Amino acid sequence: MEPKKLAIIATKGTLDWAYPPFILSSTAAALGYEVQIFFTFYGLNLLKRDLSGLKVSPLGNPGMPMKMPFGPKWFRDINWNIPNAVQAVVPGFESLATGLMKQTIAQKGVASIPDLRQLCLDAEVKFIGCQMTVDLFGFEHGEFIDNIEYGGAATFFEFAGESDICLYM
Amino acid sequence: MNFDKELDARGLNCPLPILRTKKALAEMQSGQVLKVMATDPGSVKDMQAFAKQTGNELLSSAEASGEYQFFMKKK
Repeated sequence: MEPKKLAIIATKGTLDWAYPPFILSSTAAALGYEVQIFFTFYGLNLLKRDLSGLKVSPLGNPGMPMKMPFGPKWFRDINWNIPNAVQAVVPGFESLATGLMKQTIAQKGVASIPDLRQLCLDAEVKFIGCQMTVDLFGFEHGEFIDNIEYGGAATFFEFAGESDICLYM
Repeated sequence: MNFDKELDARGLNCPLPILRTKKALAEMQSGQVLKVMATDPGSVKDMQAFAKQTGNELLSSAEASGEYQFFMKKK
């Protein structure tokens, strides 16, 4: 029997949005799916050799709970309501939030993005980088991990057209 | 219950328990039984779904004081 196919377009380049494509791809691969991810625009950041630049921003992100990963339970349960205007003018606020987020991720037993990406590669999830974005943002192939194929919209449809599930994220 | 291999997935969150289960099963023979320990409450539903989609048989699923124990027989 032909394996089921999952096609994903990954367009976001932040730490939080790095999770959905890698979690779903690695899991689908474990379930026997053939998986391909097309990384375009900011999504290309997820293919960088060095992933330490991925950040999460609470600024203009009202859905994000702002909780501390340390201290007694009553303290960790507080949802810090910091106004956008304050977040915007405090230097390093984004780096601080990213640091706290990474601490929370490790504490809750959630895999890191480098680990999840490696699990996808181990499971033979195929990564396609959008060549147009590489040109547009002035990237070089050397900045990205090996084993990526570069292509355009037609390359995506070649696989997506035969997929059972197709997701844009 | 008798088992051939044990997997400790305690402290790991979605999707790691499933990915580790898949990896452990890949190293086993057909008919052998894998015991999985986990603390992720989501793993209860996920292990059922994994078994259903991969054809491996979930022999039992139990919870005791915040820990989950699964026995899965390889297809």
